[in-house]
Amino acid sequence: MSVLQTVTRTVPDWRLVARQRLYWSTVYRRTWRATVFSSFVLPLFYVLAMGVLLGGFIDAGSARLEGAPSYLAFVAPGLVASYAMQVVIGETTWPVLGMLKWDRTFHAMTASPLSVPDIVAAHLLFVAFRTATTCGVFLLVMAPFGIFSSWLGVLLAWPVTVLVGLGFGGVMHAYSSTVRGEEAFAPVFRLLVVPLFLFSGAFFPIANLSPVLEWVARVTPLWQGVDLTRMLVLGHVRPGLALVHLGYLVVLAATGWVLAVWRLGKRMEV
Amino acid sequence: MSEPSPPAERGDPLVHARGLRKAYPVRGGAAGEVFEAVRGIDLDVQRGETFGFLGPNGAGKSSTMRMVAAVSAPTGGELTILGLDPRTHGSQIRARLGVCPQDDTLDNELDVRDNLLVYGSYFGIPKAELARRADELLDFVQLRDKAKGKVVDLSGGMKRRLTIARSLVSDPELLLLDEPTTGLDPQARHLLWDRLFRLKAQGVTLVLTTHYMDEAEQLCDRLVVMDGGVIVASGTPLELIREHSTREVAELRFGVGENQRHADAVADLAERVEVLPDRLLLYTDDGERALAEVTARGLSPVAVLVRRSTLEDVFLRLTGRTLVD
Repeated sequence: MSVLQTVTRTVPDWRLVARQRLYWSTVYRRTWRATVFSSFVLPLFYVLAMGVLLGGFIDAGSARLEGAPSYLAFVAPGLVASYAMQVVIGETTWPVLGMLKWDRTFHAMTASPLSVPDIVAAHLLFVAFRTATTCGVFLLVMAPFGIFSSWLGVLLAWPVTVLVGLGFGGVMHAYSSTVRGEEAFAPVFRLLVVPLFLFSGAFFPIANLSPVLEWVARVTPLWQGVDLTRMLVLGHVRPGLALVHLGYLVVLAATGWVLAVWRLGKRMEV
Repeated sequence: MSEPSPPAERGDPLVHARGLRKAYPVRGGAAGEVFEAVRGIDLDVQRGETFGFLGPNGAGKSSTMRMVAAVSAPTGGELTILGLDPRTHGSQIRARLGVCPQDDTLDNELDVRDNLLVYGSYFGIPKAELARRADELLDFVQLRDKAKGKVVDLSGGMKRRLTIARSLVSDPELLLLDEPTTGLDPQARHLLWDRLFRLKAQGVTLVLTTHYMDEAEQLCDRLVVMDGGVIVASGTPLELIREHSTREVAELRFGVGENQRHADAVADLAERVEVLPDRLLLYTDDGERALAEVTARGLSPVAVLVRRSTLEDVFLRLTGRTLVD
């Protein structure tokens, strides 16, 4: 054989992806009780503290709240989108490193018929499932507060939160497959998660930032998700901007997915 | 996989390699700088035999095993496994292999039986069949009473047995074992060897790496000795001993620091003399006669022993080093 080109599959074989359902359902059965608190109680706390109680001190008219009728209505959809990011970062940092390094689950999987693209696909589908359940519950928790303009908007906002999750999930999966140890996660939280959470327009309209920072906020993925979720939930959809948001998040999710397959493939090879 | 995988025909080797190479990029090294772990080896593993790789740490055994397991792509040479090319049919090959890795890759979060069920599900084995095999295998590796136990509570030997059970859950044609008994106590090793003998008797083809010569002598029909990424000798254990060593070995211990000094005085009594830090080895076909001559020359070693040659002697001869440093 003179030409030694490795023919490595880069797209998932969906039959092999489906064979990981027992693994992921077993993982979920083991952890779902712990997620009940974070999925149901925590959103309620957020909406009560930030929306109802803190919001009680804020009477900026709807003109200064990007058209939201109240601060509660403004902050609640932002919280859902931010929550999607947080849940996903939690699922794609330590768990990925654990499967690589501590339990070596990926090594066991690649000794079976599964290949890296199948493993990444199943993992990201699980991430999507986790986002869908937690954000679905979050949206339901918000219902009694009377801020939804229509159920259709809420039904559309739900998959948007999943898309936000996949946007962060793929990129973080790739990052976690690259790092050597868990100390690499602290900067992610300090430099990425916390600033995005605070300044991506979940808590205040980004027009309040200086013009430069406002533009910085606009290009961050979380603002795209926050703004799109808010538009849909409150029923103030600006179609052009909504499509930009949607396109941005789809491209991010797809890019992250490709990166995740590439990085895990590299890591498993050596 | 549902597409048919061509069965290797009878007589065709299950593993066939010619000039097989593996080079890794050196981390932090110059661009294009590589470390060659495997430097061109030829192999043929026949159906039903137990084939061993013997060699010290860093000899290239594990790199070779990873290529044979179709998880690591060769960087040179030819390799077919079960008649298929791992570069294009990795998934199909792995579906028919059992792999028992050197480092434990059991899932600590799952109980013992779930480890078998989850791993088996990657092979697409139907649920009922999988449950039946899991129970059968737990019996086989004597872990039935631990079925609901946690993996973290198992001893090293139990974990290795569970790993072997897991590698058998897909009913593989070829079982790869990377240092199956490293780190186990003697009792656990013998229990494991017993299980491997039973598999062999059932006709399973075994390929294993080890740096224990007793393990290689016990288990392997045929083996290769690897050193520095190449094969330095191959054959049955007996052939290797006949070819590369004498019938007997006389061991003389003169005490610390005294061995080198006495080596010259006995050099003519054997075909070859090896000086180890703690003893002299005299390679000869008649150990007792050599000993008698040593005594006749007025030398008085602290301890003496005459034994048959082993693979350890072969290895020492071939590489100038003992196997386990």
